[in-house]
Amino acid sequence: MAEKVIVCKELTKRFGDFYAVNKISFAVNKGEIFGFLGANGAGKTTAMRILCGLSHPSSGEAQVAGYDVYRQAESIKKNIGYMSQKFSLYENLTVAENIEFFGGVYRVPAAEIQKRSDALLQKLGLTGEAKKLVGALPLGWKQKLAFSVAIFHRPRIVFLDEPTGGVDPVTRRQFWDMIYEAAASGITVFVTTHYMDEAEYCDRVTIMVDGKVEALDAPSRLKAQFNANNMDEVFYQLARGAKRSGD
Amino acid sequence: MSVLRYLLKKEFRQIFRDKTILAMMFAMPTVQLIILPLAMNFDVKQVNLAVVDNDHSSYSRQMVNTIGASGYFRMVAAAPSFPAALQYIEREKADLVLEIPAGFERNLVREGQQKVGISIDAINGTKAAIGGNYLLTAITDFNKDLPVNTAARLSPAAGGIDLTWSNWYNPLAIYKFYVVPAVLVLLLTLIGGFMSALNIVREKEVGTIEQINVTPIRKWEFILGKLIPFWLMGLIVFTLGLLVAWGVYGIWPVGSFALLYLFAAIYLVALLGFGLLVSTYTSNQLQAMFVAFFFMMIFMLMSGLFTSVDSMPPWARLIAHLTPITHFIKVMRMIVLKGSGFADVQREFGYLVVFALILNGWAILNYRKTS
Repeated sequence: MAEKVIVCKELTKRFGDFYAVNKISFAVNKGEIFGFLGANGAGKTTAMRILCGLSHPSSGEAQVAGYDVYRQAESIKKNIGYMSQKFSLYENLTVAENIEFFGGVYRVPAAEIQKRSDALLQKLGLTGEAKKLVGALPLGWKQKLAFSVAIFHRPRIVFLDEPTGGVDPVTRRQFWDMIYEAAASGITVFVTTHYMDEAEYCDRVTIMVDGKVEALDAPSRLKAQFNANNMDEVFYQLARGAKRSGD
Repeated sequence: MSVLRYLLKKEFRQIFRDKTILAMMFAMPTVQLIILPLAMNFDVKQVNLAVVDNDHSSYSRQMVNTIGASGYFRMVAAAPSFPAALQYIEREKADLVLEIPAGFERNLVREGQQKVGISIDAINGTKAAIGGNYLLTAITDFNKDLPVNTAARLSPAAGGIDLTWSNWYNPLAIYKFYVVPAVLVLLLTLIGGFMSALNIVREKEVGTIEQINVTPIRKWEFILGKLIPFWLMGLIVFTLGLLVAWGVYGIWPVGSFALLYLFAAIYLVALLGFGLLVSTYTSNQLQAMFVAFFFMMIFMLMSGLFTSVDSMPPWARLIAHLTPITHFIKVMRMIVLKGSGFADVQREFGYLVVFALILNGWAILNYRKTS
């Protein structure tokens, strides 16, 4: 039985009488790539924000990295990395300055920051751009950099909220190579996406519809269960009945 | 502690990267401190006077000459009648009309008394009151030297009360001495208030605050990381202002610099706390700008910068005392012009410390990493 790094039971987030997240329960194993799928407005981002300690749940239980989301949100934050839907590195700081800042606030020792930063720039092929402002980089590079910064402090879990939105197919492929690499190093990856081809890359996927978890399994087994050729068809069968749509 | 160091490094890098804002932060206090006090000159120097002399005697001419020689008046017209003189006031050519009735000299000599009429354009209350006073003084001077009065004053005891006075701390009663220290505080308030109010909210708008909130940064570290850079910039702006006050206006603080800087330091903490508080309550820069502007206007007009706080109605005085700037302006004037020591201003010191604690405590409390 694999170690579980995220466990939620009947987790709910209510805004007035609107249930953004409605009694969802699932567990994520250590080191797996866990895909979180759903139409716009299905509640993916809200659920992810609760697990990251950015939003208080209304009811239900959740533990992340062994810490309770109600009482130990700050302990959770030390053990996770997060890449939001909205690009959120500092555009008016350089590549190297962003890396240094986020390394620093996660208390990575200064010498270690320097070492990892050099290695990272090398790997991304950004050594020549280290002194450029992040705002001046093309989107694909920004996203790769944001992901690298999110796992720079070697968290136990990294949460990625639609990390490849608006990125070209080649860069998307490279991005997923980076995700695999991170998972191989033992980081659990929790990723939301709209792209069904990306769902195929995940170890297991959850499909959310109207705030509820409608399916959870490995992509191959979901396809068998729904008698579908690809994840697109699985998603379509489930999401067709959704009442919420749009953002 | 090391987290704070990284936060500070980041803030300073961002401040120094935006050259426009940096330039404005230093150009604003310099340029505006040079310009604004010139416009805020309340000294009444030239009162326009229209004279209606119905007597045409040597006494009446003598009185008009005395008034003219006082140096405060400009004779704009010698009108043939009172209605004609009023025309000058209506056309804003004259501020005052002096009407000398027929029989002025005869009555003075024979009966020992005579009335003259003064009409004042009171739309500008300050100018009217001061102009009227000048005229009264000039007429009193003339009156004193009349033979009727000099003859009566044979014995020294009959002289009545003779007043002498002197202006302390600002001997020539020059308005800029009163205004420049206060304008300096105002500029410091505007820069510090707006910069800090817009800062956190900017991170909200761009989305970087989310990335901060998901890190283990503590709230007080974040707030301090925002406060310290602006605090230092504020002290630089303050220093720059003092230099301008000295270089351009020759105002060199009479009191101690240490005390002045102690107050500036505490005041800035209170002010930046206010800005950060606005920043935590608003969700975009436009909102923050409006909310900050709302308070800035109150700060500006209620602070005793233009008018005396003591002559406000009680409820207005209460509002004035609830704004930190009022206390700092008062203390600035006291230290710069009078050389007041700590004992004279300790109550204001107490007020500012309380403001600093409440505003910053509130800002930290209201900044939420988890919504």
